[in-house]
Amino acid sequence: MAFGWLPGAVGDIAHGAATTILLIAVTTLAGTLLSILGAAGRRNGPALLRRAIAWYVEVMRNTPFLVQLFFIFFGLPSLGIRLDPILAAMLAMTLNMAAYTIEIVGAGLDAVPLGQTEAALALGLRPRQVFIKIVLPQALKVIYPALTSQIVIMMLESAVVSQIAVRELTYEADMLQARTFRSFETYFVVTLVYLALSMALRRLLVTGGRRALGAGVS
Amino acid sequence: MIEFTFWDIVRNLLLAARWTVLLSLAAFVGGALVGMVVLFFRISKNTWSRRLASGYIALFQGTPLLMQLFLMFFGLPMLGLRIEPWTAAVLGLTFFASAYLAEIWRSGVDALPLGQWDAGASLGLHYLQELRLIILPQAFSITRAPTVGFLVQLIKSTALTSIIGFEELVRTSNAINNATFEPFKVYGLVALIFFVMCFPLTQYARSLEKRAAH
Repeated sequence: MAFGWLPGAVGDIAHGAATTILLIAVTTLAGTLLSILGAAGRRNGPALLRRAIAWYVEVMRNTPFLVQLFFIFFGLPSLGIRLDPILAAMLAMTLNMAAYTIEIVGAGLDAVPLGQTEAALALGLRPRQVFIKIVLPQALKVIYPALTSQIVIMMLESAVVSQIAVRELTYEADMLQARTFRSFETYFVVTLVYLALSMALRRLLVTGGRRALGAGVS
Repeated sequence: MIEFTFWDIVRNLLLAARWTVLLSLAAFVGGALVGMVVLFFRISKNTWSRRLASGYIALFQGTPLLMQLFLMFFGLPMLGLRIEPWTAAVLGLTFFASAYLAEIWRSGVDALPLGQWDAGASLGLHYLQELRLIILPQAFSITRAPTVGFLVQLIKSTALTSIIGFEELVRTSNAINNATFEPFKVYGLVALIFFVMCFPLTQYARSLEKRAAH
């Protein structure tokens, strides 16, 4: 083992980590939003939409993320849609995460007693207000731990987007090991960086959730 | 350029899918065996062995599988072992699976009332007998649904071994795509093959979950 290359590589590793953080931040926001729409549509939309969302969830959950990524990055250009690697990665990650979180958010919505909706309607709130102000906050509180785990899992899955040349942490590791010929050491260090990132992300989400939602997260 | 008919593509993908299936099975069996050992440490009465197992699980659940595969593929040669992608893939996925399976089964052990242990002890069974005859059979049976669910995740995870050069479904599809330039067709078919492998298991896991809820 030799780590003489490490001081010169700190900048590259930090740059890669920053891109990984950017990817997961965008995915978390877009994926959560999409899954709230999806879960609401799955329950209250027209029959055709409900079925479409159900199939979407099944297809995404039963195929590998890597294949979805290739399908989007290599497939879309033949429809004339050419995406930057980083945009393709964000799109693939968001679509993948939403499939899991639609189920999670849906379970949360089901867990809010019907009486809450009835009471709010009786108070004269419009259905949309009832959903946004009464049902959704309670649902998010219930599902927050599951949502947190899913976000961390997605951060770890993002390593794969190096395969379409997004310059995130794994891509930087590939470049470094090609330059230094210290493959094992490079991947060892970067694995530790991922470990630190996932622990920090979990900590951040738990504290943030406690503050914003009062959600009990272990 | 070689001409590929639709059936050539399908036939080649199906032939490659054999390796995906074989790798999934090997990793599941290997993961179950190593996972039992990790579980044994995880629920032991010794604080240090519990900590060791928790650390092992946190390490594998807190880092990307791709990194674990890279470390396996580049690490074993450092120990002087010549390694082929197949060996690295099986070993990498085995350790990965063992951490998840140990954690799933541990939740089953935790769900059992403490009285089950006491009852075993009062029957005069020693620790290993209690585990083998009373605790583990119940823990496995109540965690059947998440275990099958994890198998689906494992099958999908075999896709990553294409990156360290193991010739499975995704690697073959990359090669076919490079020759045919028909990414929609090729990756669509790959997705379909994975779906056909995983969907029945997902449905099975769901029915087990429902049965457990009643």
